[in-house]
Amino acid sequence: MKIHEYQAKQLLAAHKVPLLQGGAATTSDQAVEVARGLPGPIWVVKSQIHAGGRGKGRFKEDVSAEVLAGVIEGTPQPGKGGVRLAKTLDDVHAAAQDMLGKTLVTKQTGIDGTRVNTIFVESGCDIARELYLGVLLDRANGRDVIMASAEGGTEIEEVAEAHPEKILKVHVDPVVGLSAYQARQIAFFLGMSGKQVNSCVKFVQSLYKAYQAFDCSMVEINPLVVTKADEVIALDCKMTFDDNALFRQPQVVQMRDISEEDPTEVKASEYDLSYVKLDGTIGCMVNGAGLAMATMDIIKFHGAEPANFLDVGGGATKEKVTAAFKIITADPAVKGILVNIFGGIMKCDTIAAGVLAAVTEIGLQVPLVVRLEGTNVELGKKMLIESGLNVIPADNMADAAQKIVAAVAAKEA
Amino acid sequence: MAVLVNSETRVICQGITGSAGAFHSEQMLAYGTKFVGGVTPGKGGQRFKDSVPIFDTVAEAVRETGATASVIFVPPPFAADAILEGIDAGLELVVPITEGVPVADMVKVWRVLQGSKTRMIGPNCPGIITPGQCKIGIMPGHIHKPGRVGVVSRSGTLTYEAVGQLTALGLGQSTCIGIGGDPIVGTRHKDALQLFNDDPDTDVVIMIGEIGGSSEEEACAWAKQHMKKPVVGFIAGATAPPGRRMGHAGAIISGGKGTAEEKYRAMEDAGITICRSPADMGRTVRDLLRAA
Repeated sequence: MKIHEYQAKQLLAAHKVPLLQGGAATTSDQAVEVARGLPGPIWVVKSQIHAGGRGKGRFKEDVSAEVLAGVIEGTPQPGKGGVRLAKTLDDVHAAAQDMLGKTLVTKQTGIDGTRVNTIFVESGCDIARELYLGVLLDRANGRDVIMASAEGGTEIEEVAEAHPEKILKVHVDPVVGLSAYQARQIAFFLGMSGKQVNSCVKFVQSLYKAYQAFDCSMVEINPLVVTKADEVIALDCKMTFDDNALFRQPQVVQMRDISEEDPTEVKASEYDLSYVKLDGTIGCMVNGAGLAMATMDIIKFHGAEPANFLDVGGGATKEKVTAAFKIITADPAVKGILVNIFGGIMKCDTIAAGVLAAVTEIGLQVPLVVRLEGTNVELGKKMLIESGLNVIPADNMADAAQKIVAAVAAKEA
Repeated sequence: MAVLVNSETRVICQGITGSAGAFHSEQMLAYGTKFVGGVTPGKGGQRFKDSVPIFDTVAEAVRETGATASVIFVPPPFAADAILEGIDAGLELVVPITEGVPVADMVKVWRVLQGSKTRMIGPNCPGIITPGQCKIGIMPGHIHKPGRVGVVSRSGTLTYEAVGQLTALGLGQSTCIGIGGDPIVGTRHKDALQLFNDDPDTDVVIMIGEIGGSSEEEACAWAKQHMKKPVVGFIAGATAPPGRRMGHAGAIISGGKGTAEEKYRAMEDAGITICRSPADMGRTVRDLLRAA
């Protein structure tokens, strides 16, 4: 799960991570109110969307299609971005008014962009240096790793690619925790001196505490800044969370912004279905994540593109299968459906009953190929055949993929 | 004797009285697994299906039954604790089936596993089976057949698909290991390859991976140097978009790393015979055996 920058900063503040003062606003008047309560004399007004690259992003309503294409490519573009400096309260008002309700396109949002519903107004500061600090899981080592680099402001993946030696990785022993000497290693690697060192050590320690306390899967401070007053402060913050741990993070769950998510994916999650929208035309319903991915792959292997990833899970009920089927058919891009079930725990007749219930309720406008294997397979097939619906049965994965691709091609022709 | 489990393996189930635990314990018993006991705190002294003794603690179950392996069906918030209890009781093998264990919990478990005598398979996995001898997990037993193909996979149903193809071609399996779809798992592809390499009852291995992480690359690097047996490889998720989690907690391409293409390249570099259609997994193994 992802949250906005202003929410991430609220969580960091709870663990005393040094930040600039700021507040969120949903109207331009509110933005001015927030700014009035901050020290000033300059403010930064930042669009709050989940995607990164906001400063270099451009608003869809303001610029041409060529400019937007350039944003996606990552080349510098004319015009104003989603993060702006304001020198007066009037500037704050104007910047807020200019961003709220508009659609920000960044390198990460894709060409459709994301609507800005909230902005964050923050005090400005005198920046001496911009650095990078991130905490995440190192899967290969089974430990959390803190990554630090003096190359702030650029994407860490780019630094890792071009100059791996410019990144320090410090692994944390889960039994011992983060030691002070490790935090000092980071401070010295980043070139800190004098009282900066202690500020940095405190920053790293409190940041790691927040990472652990909220079950984060990643915290990224980019840039981490050293001010001219030698303070170490988080200028931007990106936080993502381990979905498996949300059950014990009520404060985090409350921060979920459903408007940032694909509405179909939100609906699927209500039924505990794992769904990801893709760009193709063949809808898939599969049990198990690995088989679901493999089903997408075999559709492509036979010359078409999958419209979605959908795992109905091991313990799917008839209701879940019906919901899954409705979600797939609601996508206007879907020109055919492939159901691929290898029943281990799952009974094939349950799948058949769910599909039939959905089709009876909403009809079937596109070709449907069903491949069933496993427990009660004969009963499941019989139910589908005897339903009188136009269901094309398949014997194995290749057969199923070929049949749906051919059926869609025939209908289009 | 296949790998890790056989007809002598004495198995208990942690969480035997829950619905999934009870259902699958019955299935394991029916398959012929030497299923010697269960653990549910507070229900010690009772019996499962009027025969299998239930204990309050894993230590007690081990002492009373001589159990060497445990399958765990404990819900996510308590799963790590159950695994730690199994490690502490000195089990040789713990197999947590549970999906959805917090990663931070697994970081701690992983640390405790290092230097212990316990091997972990999972979590978020279908388990391990040596056909005809011992089934520990949730896989449908009937699709398997004793034989000489080693199977290792991160997925559940995709493993069944591969096994189904092998069995249909008359190719039995020595042992099938479902290592699990989470970012941190106890046994990785490399560990499984090592085990199969040393197993006199395995002639060929099929390694099934998916996008995300570097378990497959790590296995390939090892195989390039040490693997003496032919290996067939398939990677799920060639069509998965970057940055999206595909069902499994560990199946995500992050920062451009962990793509199917990268993993296929590592496989080819290690001399592994790759198979690009999931419908051809069984056939590729058969052709490789014929050529050998």
